[in-house]
Amino acid sequence: MDNKLLEIKNLKTSFRIKDDYYAAVDDVTLTVNKNEVLAIVGESGSGKSALAFSIMRLHNRAKIEGEVLFKENNIVELSPSKMNKLRGNDMAMIFQDPLTALNPLMTIEDQIGEALFLHNKKMSPKERRNKVIDLLNQVGIPRPDYTCDQFPHELSGGMRQRVMIAIAISNNPELLIADEPTTALDVTIQAQILDLIRDLKENMNAGIVLITHDLGVVAEMADRVAVMYAGEIVEIADVHTLFENPRHPYTRSLLNSVPSDGHEGKLHVIQGIVPSLKHLPRQGCRFSARMPWMDESVHEENPVLHEIAPGHHVRCTCHEHFYFPKESKEVQNDGIS
Amino acid sequence: MWKFIVRRLLIALPQILLLSVLVFLMAQMMPGDALSGLIDPNIDPAAIEAQRERLGLNDPWHIQYVDWITGVVTEGDLGRSFRYKMDVTEIIGQRLTNTFWLSLVTLIFTYLIAIPLGITSGRYNDTFRDQMITGYTYVGFATPLFIFALVALWILGFQFGWFPTGGSVSPGLTPGTFEYFLSRLHHLILPALSMALITTVNTVQYLRSEIIDTKQKDFIITARAKGASESRVYNRHILRNSLLPIAAFFGFEITGLIGGTIFVETIYSYPGMGQLFVESINLRDYSVVTAVVLLLGIASILGALLSDIILSLVDPRIRIK
Amino acid sequence: MGFLDVEDLKVHFPIRGGLLNRKIDAVRAVDGVSFSIEQGKTYGLVGESGSGKTTTGRAVIGLNNITAGKVFFEGNDLTDKKNKMLDVRKDIQMIFQDPYSSLNPKKRVIDIVAEPLRNYERLTKKEERYKVAELLEKVGLSPESILKYPHEFSGGQRQRIGIARAIALKPKLIIADEPVSALDVSVQAQVLNFMKDIQKELNLTYLFISHDLGIVKHMCDEIGIMYKGRYVEEGKTGDIFTNPQHIYTKRLVAAIPDIDPKNREKQKQFREEVQREYEESYESYFNEEGLAYGLKKISDTHAVALPEKG
Repeated sequence: MDNKLLEIKNLKTSFRIKDDYYAAVDDVTLTVNKNEVLAIVGESGSGKSALAFSIMRLHNRAKIEGEVLFKENNIVELSPSKMNKLRGNDMAMIFQDPLTALNPLMTIEDQIGEALFLHNKKMSPKERRNKVIDLLNQVGIPRPDYTCDQFPHELSGGMRQRVMIAIAISNNPELLIADEPTTALDVTIQAQILDLIRDLKENMNAGIVLITHDLGVVAEMADRVAVMYAGEIVEIADVHTLFENPRHPYTRSLLNSVPSDGHEGKLHVIQGIVPSLKHLPRQGCRFSARMPWMDESVHEENPVLHEIAPGHHVRCTCHEHFYFPKESKEVQNDGIS
Repeated sequence: MWKFIVRRLLIALPQILLLSVLVFLMAQMMPGDALSGLIDPNIDPAAIEAQRERLGLNDPWHIQYVDWITGVVTEGDLGRSFRYKMDVTEIIGQRLTNTFWLSLVTLIFTYLIAIPLGITSGRYNDTFRDQMITGYTYVGFATPLFIFALVALWILGFQFGWFPTGGSVSPGLTPGTFEYFLSRLHHLILPALSMALITTVNTVQYLRSEIIDTKQKDFIITARAKGASESRVYNRHILRNSLLPIAAFFGFEITGLIGGTIFVETIYSYPGMGQLFVESINLRDYSVVTAVVLLLGIASILGALLSDIILSLVDPRIRIK
Repeated sequence: MGFLDVEDLKVHFPIRGGLLNRKIDAVRAVDGVSFSIEQGKTYGLVGESGSGKTTTGRAVIGLNNITAGKVFFEGNDLTDKKNKMLDVRKDIQMIFQDPYSSLNPKKRVIDIVAEPLRNYERLTKKEERYKVAELLEKVGLSPESILKYPHEFSGGQRQRIGIARAIALKPKLIIADEPVSALDVSVQAQVLNFMKDIQKELNLTYLFISHDLGIVKHMCDEIGIMYKGRYVEEGKTGDIFTNPQHIYTKRLVAAIPDIDPKNREKQKQFREEVQREYEESYESYFNEEGLAYGLKKISDTHAVALPEKG
């Protein structure tokens, strides 16, 4: 398929704790197509941000194995200078906290201008300023020529995130990675930013990887969804399938734990806690510890992703047998971690 | 921003005023007064008393203070030294220039040492290089300045004879010539360097931790995500943001220097304010001591003022308000 | 007189400026807020950052100075200096947003949970230990964990330690300031369920402060929506969600992402409609300063901030 933009094959990102490496992203295989929003959902510790940082190769000290194929390059093995040519140009990123993601001592013009300058040295300062104003217009900042000379602390959170997006789209990237882009923002601002990202996708024909923990955001934005748990992808499907027919126990539990119109009263509680990187089970079904009422035999020994319908992959066989416990104990006793 | 500076100046004024009152009261508490040193024991005590009355020495302290401060402000009248039999202003005048040059050269050395060491140490933290530099700073923290200065003087001045061991210039040179200038510089280097080597460790440590701190900020990741090369990330983002607090520290550095010059000038018998201060205390030359304390105090207040103004100039978060 | 009555509460913070740093203006963080809560109910205070919802909660418990207005708790005026001595403060406790920073990292769980007990009750070491273990058990933590430090717990567990501390003195009112917004979804569910359980068990009343309308809808009986220090709408949960009247409430409701991807288009249209209405009718909902008008009752339970007729 020539629609393919990014292909991740068996990606493994490990961090060093003391003397050993522990994989935060474990054997992830994914593709991102052009003009598509792929949402990666998971809770903290699921490895979703580590995955995003691996694609951009922004990790400082991590061991990355596997392949990340983007425009005929394997990003994992690219030289730093070639990588710098890609970053901010063909692939760009938006971060969670727009307050800390901007340099407090540089004007907005300088920060956006830097992204332009790095990939187009021929632009004159005048042209660059015009382009910056153009970009600020595009992301919906009301008085761009005025905002140019402002500093980040003079802008509201929503405006800062718009500036971040302006930086990200300044060189018309083909791939945009948005790491929890609206988590730090108010709901009404969140709606505006999400609209903006959606418009950009349509205008630029870009592929977007949207990292989030918010299932509502996923439902609104995504074309396809990958659910991550403990460093692995446990389920991938298109967004409608995932919400209507979720298969993996983790996906189903997550959907059941969000307050929504469907269920009043008790929310589903996932028992236990997300294991830390060091204590992550490396064998068997990683989610099995969190559904202790299920029989051990329902799990595969080495769970793999099964394609249960075209484009719908689920890890492990336990989903075929999974049920919610009738009366989950009111408060789970998990005092000892 | 000008508002901030004006406000800051307004705060500095009462500080200086309070300092002058304290200095004045301190001087009052010392035994004797302006006449004591001049008195011929054969003069009739009644005449002396009359003279006292005429000079206003029997007035309450606040009136005397007003007289004194008016003199200081309008005529630069800081009294007379009984030892030198000169106006204090005149004595201090020569010493002040010497101390000024010593401080300036020390500051230059301080930053010449601190900036490269701090940057190396911060950028490559926890490497061998960093450990060497941090090791040096710990030694610097632990070494008293006066001992280090003495050792430096003994080795480099007396044993090797590379540097003069006292004074501010070789005798017999005409001011204004190039040789005179070189000689002054030659006299400055050893005291300035020994002071800088000790006082710079603060700045090295400060810069190091600023850089390590800035390295972990989110906007550094943003810069990398834009495609900036590692060297650009360091020069444009990390360094710039880390140097800001260092610039603001500049004013306090001056305050620190004042303490340093007292030791260093005494040890190198360098004729500056610090040496004058110590001498005058030993000789109970109170009018000089008072004047020096006043000036050093003002210098400290101005140092702090300078720090705040620099910070307001370089940090947009303060500048805008 | 109800259980908790807040009457025309104002909390203003001075803005200092000028050469002499004198008070030149004030931030009207809370600007004339009134509401009352019945015992055993959950009252939701909703708003975006800067709306004054947290300040209101903190003012009720006495963490912010009240500029004007009254707070009656079971008939006692908390703003009255004479009542400072009264032990009503014991009956009101607070749960904070961030379980990572609201627990002193240098203290053991026993010291954290026992702190209010030590302030109000004289217990022997043994009684105290027993009591703390009991409280921990109540919040679903094993009693053996009393000697551990906060960092040994996960976010949800920490929040439950915070709750254990809050219920130690058997309070009647708990002010919960964004109690789950720092937590993961699954942990969120755990804490919310648990809060509902102890509410029933201890007959607690909650003032539940949150920006998340989904959670508020799930938890609260009544809701007040705040905008720039004032109320824009108040009513039963049903009133607010099925029949929002104020344009700001509509915007908030429209902004909640729908969890069903099928409704995406519908939701988008709804949002655009509301946005259009917002732009067209802004003036009929906000005064010249961009603030909300006073509340007008439109039904027994439902009040909306609208201008005077005419």
